[in-house]
Order: sequence, then structure tokens, then C-alpha cells
Amino acid sequence: MSGPNTDYDPVEVSTLKPDEVDAARDAALAAIGAAADLDALKQVRIDHTGDRSPLALANREIGALPPQARKEAGQRVGQARGAVGKALAARQVVLEAEHEERMLAEETVDVTLPTDRVPAGARHPVTTGSELIADIFVAMGWEVAEGPVIEAEWLNFDALNLGPDHPARTMQDTFWTDPADNGVVLRTHTSPVQARTMLTRTPPIYVVCPGRVFRTDEYDATHSPVFHQVEGLAIDEGITMAHLKGTLDHFATAMFGEGIVTRFRPSFFPFTEPSAEVDLVCFVCRGTALNADGTDVCRTCRGEGWIEWGGCGVVNPRVLRACGVDSDRYTGFAFGMGIDRTLMFRHGIEDLRDLFEGDVRFTTAFGSEL
Amino acid sequence: MKAPVSWIREYVDLPADVTTEQLAARLTALGLKLEAIEAPGDQITGPLVVGRVLTREPEPQKNGKTINWCTVDVGAANGTGEPQGIVCGAHNFDVGDLVVVVLPGGVLPGGFAISARKTYGHVSAGMICSAAELGISTEHDGIIVLPADAGEPGADAFDVLGLHDDVIEFEINPDRAYALSLRGIARDAALGFGAAFTDPADLGGRALPAANADGYPVDVQDAEGCPLFVARLVEGFDPTAATPDWMAQRLVQAGMRPISLAVDVTNYVMLEIGRPIHGYDADRLTGTLGVRRATAGERLTTLDGAVRTLAHGDLVVTDDSGIIGLGGVMGGADTEITDATTRVLIEAAHWDAVSMFRTGKRHKISSEAGKRNERGVDPTVTEAAADRVVELLTTHGGGTAAPGVTVVGSAPAQPTIDMASDLPERITGMSVPRETTLAHLRAVGCIVDEARAEVATLLTVTPPPWRPDLTDPHDLVEEVARVVGYDQVPSVLPRPGAGRGLTREQRLRRRAGRTLAGAGLVEVISFPFVGDAVLDQLGLPADDPRRHTVRLANPISSEEPGYTTTLLPGLLRAAARNLGRGAPGVALFETGTVAFPADRGPAPIHGVDRRPTDEELAQLYAAIPVQPLHLGVVLAGERERAGWWGSGRDSAWSDALAVVRRLGAELGLAVETRAAVRAPWHPGRCAEVLVGGRPVGHAGELHPKVCAAFDLPRRSAAVEIDLDVVLAEARDVVPGPSFSSYPLAKEDVALVVDDAVTVAAVEDALRSGAGELLESIRLFDVYTGEQVGSGRRSLAFALRFRAPDRTLTEPETSAARDAAVAAAVERCGAVQR
Repeated sequence: MSGPNTDYDPVEVSTLKPDEVDAARDAALAAIGAAADLDALKQVRIDHTGDRSPLALANREIGALPPQARKEAGQRVGQARGAVGKALAARQVVLEAEHEERMLAEETVDVTLPTDRVPAGARHPVTTGSELIADIFVAMGWEVAEGPVIEAEWLNFDALNLGPDHPARTMQDTFWTDPADNGVVLRTHTSPVQARTMLTRTPPIYVVCPGRVFRTDEYDATHSPVFHQVEGLAIDEGITMAHLKGTLDHFATAMFGEGIVTRFRPSFFPFTEPSAEVDLVCFVCRGTALNADGTDVCRTCRGEGWIEWGGCGVVNPRVLRACGVDSDRYTGFAFGMGIDRTLMFRHGIEDLRDLFEGDVRFTTAFGSEL
Repeated sequence: MKAPVSWIREYVDLPADVTTEQLAARLTALGLKLEAIEAPGDQITGPLVVGRVLTREPEPQKNGKTINWCTVDVGAANGTGEPQGIVCGAHNFDVGDLVVVVLPGGVLPGGFAISARKTYGHVSAGMICSAAELGISTEHDGIIVLPADAGEPGADAFDVLGLHDDVIEFEINPDRAYALSLRGIARDAALGFGAAFTDPADLGGRALPAANADGYPVDVQDAEGCPLFVARLVEGFDPTAATPDWMAQRLVQAGMRPISLAVDVTNYVMLEIGRPIHGYDADRLTGTLGVRRATAGERLTTLDGAVRTLAHGDLVVTDDSGIIGLGGVMGGADTEITDATTRVLIEAAHWDAVSMFRTGKRHKISSEAGKRNERGVDPTVTEAAADRVVELLTTHGGGTAAPGVTVVGSAPAQPTIDMASDLPERITGMSVPRETTLAHLRAVGCIVDEARAEVATLLTVTPPPWRPDLTDPHDLVEEVARVVGYDQVPSVLPRPGAGRGLTREQRLRRRAGRTLAGAGLVEVISFPFVGDAVLDQLGLPADDPRRHTVRLANPISSEEPGYTTTLLPGLLRAAARNLGRGAPGVALFETGTVAFPADRGPAPIHGVDRRPTDEELAQLYAAIPVQPLHLGVVLAGERERAGWWGSGRDSAWSDALAVVRRLGAELGLAVETRAAVRAPWHPGRCAEVLVGGRPVGHAGELHPKVCAAFDLPRRSAAVEIDLDVVLAEARDVVPGPSFSSYPLAKEDVALVVDDAVTVAAVEDALRSGAGELLESIRLFDVYTGEQVGSGRRSLAFALRFRAPDRTLTEPETSAARDAAVAAAVERCGAVQR
């Protein structure tokens, strides 16, 4: 910075002439307006407000004026510098905004580009389906019980009133471990979990038992030697078939939606007496037996309006006795159905084998399942 | 069990307007489940009439076939009364035969419309029908030739052929053996419609001939196995006598094949009354019939030609020549009725159901007789059934009933059941007044002790003899409930107390599954069966414990007789399947049970009359294989895809470890790894995984041979860990961390170590040397090359220091770093670069 120009004749300072100051101001304002970008504006700032700019020089000369002239000159130069400074700031804002806009525009990407660098995973529908079922029951205050898949014959059969000579024992084609008189089987149902629960706990008992079960079935679109079942067991004072019906109605509605309730038909299971088959209102035709286009016959229920879902009944007092439950004081109900079959209904899966092939295209489709 | 509706109606006074569907639905509601309805006439539209062949002119054709140009008298059915000209391709008929004719305007099954049309140079006005064309049989042996007395020309053939007679097929549960007869089905139909029931076993009310001493000699040595044995003889039987059409038709409708009159009659009576009957050729019998238990090793050729080696306990029928039949299950070949039999000995016997079941199961015989005998037959109809067979054989086979009537033993008495009269209401939740209970029990045939019934709350109930399944009070409850109607059961939600929710393990398993799916892995479920071949593919050594599987006595495939000890076979196959189907890469996981034999001997079979003691239960549990829950993972092919961002990346050993560490992090567990050699992994790229210091499994790259054996790309990686152990180690409650907000001090160090020194060892040394000010340590680079010399590598670590209570000074940080490096130098022979 140089100091005031004391060498000049104070009366004869040309740069402080009003028209010179105005001209310098106008030149600055014109340059500011003409600055096309921030770099140009930076040069304008140097040229018109820098140390060697006319207005800066004029400002420095003010001190050399006689005191009576300083005020007027000071005002003139000050106003000019103020106007230039303001214009510079305003232009700066405009140009910065323009710059940012341009920069952002240049950075535009194609947001439709794929981003699937690591493909998504998914849990199996049998897993999520089992959890959904468990949650429905847990919300009612039930608990989830589990047990081994390779099981004592006594727990899989005898304790459940399926004695060695019970005709029903041949209804379930059982995988026996070697040697066949080993007393150990691949469980044919999750009922041994019920037996284990009764053997270790005292009522009230409200448990649901999902799990893998085995039968020597053919492997085809609707059968598999390995499949999944969920059973429920309630043991309490005053339990009746009405509680069984209420529970299954709630379960059906929770799985398949409002209006999907159950129907009982007399049946036979050694572990329950009375026993019932439980049917669901066909969730496709909702019992009308008609297809969506009004034609008969509903393809899902074959015009019956109902679909077989599982078996159920009042726990046979013989089972209670074998499992150490006081059958005079307590009654109970039990039910069981296939998880795979339930999921086939719920999701319109046509071939059971899809569940066991491990094709990721099948499972990934269920990745969003709750 | 197939039941023609006309046959049911024979015993039940059903309203005429009850449809087959209504009847089936009502019986289903009573527990006889509708399986299918066969309505043979449904697919046919008339006119379908009886015709008599008037002329039949064979006309050879150019194509080598010969057709018959016929004129057929169809009475007034064609509107003119003139003979109908019809071309027929079949040859199994003659002039004068009665045939079945569909006239123009009729429609046969499959929408086959009949019209008068020109063919083979004639106008053929209709068609002479075969059974196949009418959809009532699949046999293609020409047209139907009706019996001479079938009807007049022009008569409606629907009735003649029984096409209006629907057949209902029921699925009969094991407890309802009575419904394996028309007698039983009709009884429930009567119950369902409140209609009058005529018991076919009453034989129209005729008196049965009394037992006498003149009958065929029978000596029952095992009255427990055979409480009642009835024998009757028919002599002078004409073995060529034909089975009447109505009987043959009913047998066919019921799904049985007519064979000969003698055999057909026994089958017919079994269907009608429910009692299986056996017929012997009396001329092939020698001396007294006996009933005893077989001794092991005795042999018998049964009438199906099979030579059976008998076991102790099989009930057998003998004569003086030895064993001639498996009583109640299957007769012997040497004494069966033939096409020359003129003397028929009829055996109607009541057999012990359990013995029947055991023998049938032991010899794998599933016969119609055995099916009924093992489920329980009404013992009180034994004599009636025998008499009915005698009646039918003599009526249709021309024989005479011998006067001798053998009856050995008697029908066992029905045990009574005591039931609280309010039990049906307490068990079903329906409103079942006491009178309803009494009425319904009586309706199903029970005798309720009147004297006690009127006064006591306890009813003494005698079930009917055709219901051996009714033994417990709850059985009676079911009977009452099915008559009231299961549709009357109200729907009431039980209100259990507060539950404990999911267990810790259940919640952790969900977490583990979500973590793995979140890491891009897809869950699969595989069959858990393995055999030597797949374990060989995994390269398991001969003494590997994973080769010692729980073996199945009856596996699906003899190639895979074991319950798996590892999840990898299923996973590797699923991975290969996905790659084979075009997936560029695959990342799979499975959580599943594996099993290791307990080798503690057989599991005991306890009684069921009481709870086993804790000791007995412990024995039981100990005999069951050990079944840990495993987690398996396979990563093969592309792990990260190529894309506009750059190239992709195939799965590698490190991805397998990353999965394990990610899971550990999600469960709040520190995962350690150390080099291990274990099949099926690459010996230099396998880590043993430790959690909480406990080995839990292995992870790394698969052995190249294993990849090749499973058709997987090289470098495919896998994990298998014991999830039970991992979850047990998971923290229940996370302690809240405390952390400093003072500034961070960063120090990076590069250390050169021998290749054999592991990163974990160097990190451990640095950590121990750095002291408490160290906040974190992370390896960020590995360098090998000339600058560090061969057999050595440079490891670059980022150390981060922070104090809980102050800003660290430069000298403090440097001192900590130097101490860390000093420890690495001392413990790992590291040299700072």
C-alpha cells in the first residue's frame, strides 16, 4: 500500500474531478455487468477496486485535498466505491449461482443405471412362513416348542396312542433307522414335540410346533418324503372343541384373510378323540365354487368351496395319561397341517418340488416376505 | 369303499329326491368321507335303447377291414317302428342278439354327437355301442351283447345298463370298519336322513338253521384267536353256473372283478354284510378243520401262488394234510375253489383283529378280507353271512345246502363303557342336553342302561357289536358329536395367560437368517440323505466321523441310506444346479439338523398306561442320535457382478470367512480363525473358526477336487459351523459402551515379517504393546516383493489412539506406537520399514 500522494498539488488532482470519478464508477459498473463468469469478475474486481484502480487512486488522493474539499470528494468517491462494491457482490451471487447450476448440470448421471453389484439374498419361504405362523400364535400368548427330527419310536407313536398294532401306524409310512427294531425313527409328524412338552411341563400348555417331518412318500408335485408341518397343542382346564374351532378360525383368517374360516368333518386320528378334518373356505372362490370369471368350477377347490387343510381334535385322554397329564382335571386340543401345503395355497405355488430344488430364482422371489 | 347308490337305497327308505351329492355330503358330515362320485350316465344323452339285430351282412372293404351292415329292431324308439340301418365294425354278435343302440341325436362321452351319416356306402342311422364307447369300461372287446331277458327292443338302455346308478366312493377311516360294507354305509345313511333301515344281516327275518352235530368237523385250538368258527356245506354245486348279471354289475361297481359264481358270492356277501367268507373245495379237504397258531418256519402256498414262511403267532387253518390257509387273511392254493368244484365248504369265522393285522403286515398281504378282519367285523353276523352265502350259491348255482351246521365258539361280548352324561357337552363345547346324548347314542346302536341313565350322571353304555372301535368315553363323545353335527361346534378363542414369547435361541436363529440374507445369501432346504458316493466326493477320509451316519432301514434310495452329518452335499448340489441353469454366481446358505449316532443301543419302548419315570425318559433321550443345528454356506462363481462400475469378482476363500465374521458381528461375538486342514476344504485355504475360544466349524476355499466332483468352478468357497454352539455363545445383554470424545491420534506402521507369521499374531503383539491408549487397529495393506525379500511380507497397520480424559500429546502417541512396534519386533521378529 502506498500512502497519500502528497506530491501533487492538492487543487489540481484530476482524478478527483467529478466526471472522472463518475467515469471510473461507470466503467467499473459496465465491466461488472459484462463479466461472464467468476474468473472474469475476479479480474474486474482487481481492475476496478484493486490498488491501482482509478477509484482506489482517487480515494488515496482525498487526504491531499484541503480540508474544505475533502468532504465533498470523500462523499463522491465513497458513493462510487460503494456502488461498485455492491454491484460486485450482486454479480458474484449471480455468477456463483450460475456456476453451481452449470456444475450440477454437468454432473448429471443416468439414474437408471443398475446398481446390483452384490445380488440380494433371501430367506426360504418355509422359514419365513414358519415364523409368520409362530408369530400368529405367539401374539395369542402361545409359545413355540421344538424337538429333534430323529426321534424315539415311543414318542413318535406309542405315547400318542399309536401302539405297535394300531392300524393307523401303517397309515404313516415311516422311515426307520437301522436296525428297524432300534426304537428310533425319522419323526412322521411334529407330535412327539407335543409329547415332550407334556412330559416336561405342567398345564396350562399352549404351544405350536413347526418343523421338518418325514414320510416315505413319492417325490412329486404334491408329495415329498421331506416336508414341514405345524402342530398346535393346548392343555388347560375346560378346553373344548369350540376352543379348537376358534383357534383354527383365527389362524386361517390370519394366514389367508378376512372371511376365510374353517369347517370340521369327523375323522380319525389315534391321538385325538373326537377327531376332525379341518377344511378351509376356498381362498380363491371364497366358497362360491366359481372361477373369477363366473364360470364353474373353481379350479382350486374343484368346485367344493372348501379345501382340506389338516387334522385336529380333542387330545385323547390316553395320550394325556402316557405323558403324565392329569386327564381328569385337564382337557386339550391338538391340530396339525402341512406348512408347505399351506404356503402352496397362500402363494399359488404349483409344484412342491420348487421348495426343495434350491433354485435361487424361486427363493429370491420371497425375499420381501415378512 | 365304493357303494352303488341303488344298493344303499335297498336298505334305507331314503326320500326319492335325495340326490347322490346330498347323500354323499350327509355321509361325509357323519364321518364317511366322500372320495369320488362315479356317475356313468352323466356323459351320455339319449336316445340310448335296447335293439335286436335283425340282419347282419358282412361287407369286406378295400382297406382290408370287414364291416357289418345291420338292420336293428329298436321298437318305436326311432319314431317309425321300422328297422334301423346301422354300420357296425364289431363282430362279436349275431342275428337275434340284444344290443345297445344310440340313435341319431344322442351324444356319447367326450361330446361325440351321433347323426345319420353316409359311410361305407350306406346311411348308418345310429351306432351299436361298446362298453368303452359308453364310458363304463375301458375294455375293447367288441360291442355290448345284452342278456336275452334284458328288455324289449326300444326299451331305455340307461336302466338296463345301470347308467342311472351312481357309485359313491368313500374314504373309510380305520375306526369305521363297519362302513366297509353296504350294511354299515346304509345304516349311517338311515341315521343321516332319519330314514328306516333294513338290516341285510337280518336276511329278511328268516330264521337261521340251528347248529348241529352233523356239520363239517372243526376243532378250534385257539379260541382267543378265533372265538367263533361257522362252517356250512353246499353240495351238488354247478361250477359252470354263471354269476347273475345284477351281482356281477354290483361287484364291478364296487371295484371288484367277477371271477366265478362261488368266488363272486363270497365277495358279494362280504360287501353286503361286512363279514369276509372263505370258500373251500370240500373234495380237496382231508379230515377235520383246525385253527391254531403257526410255529415259526412252517410253510404255506397261498392262493396268490406265493410260498409263505410262517411265523409264530400267525393264525392258520389246518386239515389233516397240514396248513391250508392263513385264517382270515388269505386261503391256501391247495384247497381253493376251482372251475370243477361241486362241493363248497363255507367258512365264516371271527378272528382276533390284532393277529390279523400282524399277519398281514408280516407277510405284506393286503386283502379285502384282511382289511376288514384287522379293523374289526361284527361277530354277531357270522352265522347270517354263512347262511346268506348258502342261499346265493344254492339259488344261482343249483346246489343244495347240507343239513349240517357247524358253529364252534360264540361271538365275544361287548364291553360296556361308563361315561358321564355331560361329557359330550364338556368336550365339544356344544350344547348337548342329556336327552340328546341318550338319543344319539341309541341312534348309532348303543344300548344305554336305562335304569342308571334316568338317575345317575354316569351312563353305562354298551356299544353295538359292529363298533369294536368304541372303547372309551371319548369315542362315545365323537358319536354324539357327529350326529349333532360338527358344524354346530361354536368358535371360541381360548385365553391363555401371558406367554414367554420366542426363546432366546429362536430369536437368535431369526437374526442369523436375516443377517445371511442381508449379506446376499439365498436360503435353501435340501433333503438330508447321504451315501458313500457323495461323502467320497467331499473327499472325507475313511476314518472321518462324518462318515458314521445314522442309517435308515428303508431309505428312499439305497445309494443314500444315511441321515447326513454335513449340510455341504445338499448345498454344493444346489449351487451346481443353479450354475447349470445359467446363474453367473451363487451364494447359498442352509440351516438344518445333522445327526451323529448315539450308539447307545435301541431306544426302549415304554408302556403307555402311565408317564415314564424320569430315569426311563433319560434312557429314551440318550438313545436318540445327537442332532446339532448346523449352518452351511456355499459361494460359487461371481460374488460381485461386473457392470458399468468395473469388473466383477468371483467368490474366494475370504468371502467364506467374511460371512462367518459378519454373522459373528451381528451376534456380538468375536470370531477367531486359525489355519486348519480338513476335507472338503483346500488344505492351504481352510480356517478353523472359533467363537469364545470354542471351535465351531470351518470356512474357506473348497479343494479343487471337490469343486470338480460337484461341477463347481475352482475357488468356490464354503462354510459349515455348529450354529447351536455359536448361538449359545451369543450375548444376552449388550453392555453399553463408554467412549471418549477427545481428539484421535493416528499412527501407521509397516512391519516386515516372515510369511509364516500370521496377521493375527502381529496384530496381537501390536495390541499388547500399545497399551490402553490404543482404540483400534486395522491391517490396511499387505506388500510382497523385492523390497522386503522373498519369504517375507510387509504388513501395514493403522493404529488409532485416544485417551478417555485428555488430548494425547505427540510424545505420548509416539511412545505408545514405539511400544507396539517393539512388542511386534520381539514376539514376531518384525522389522519396521
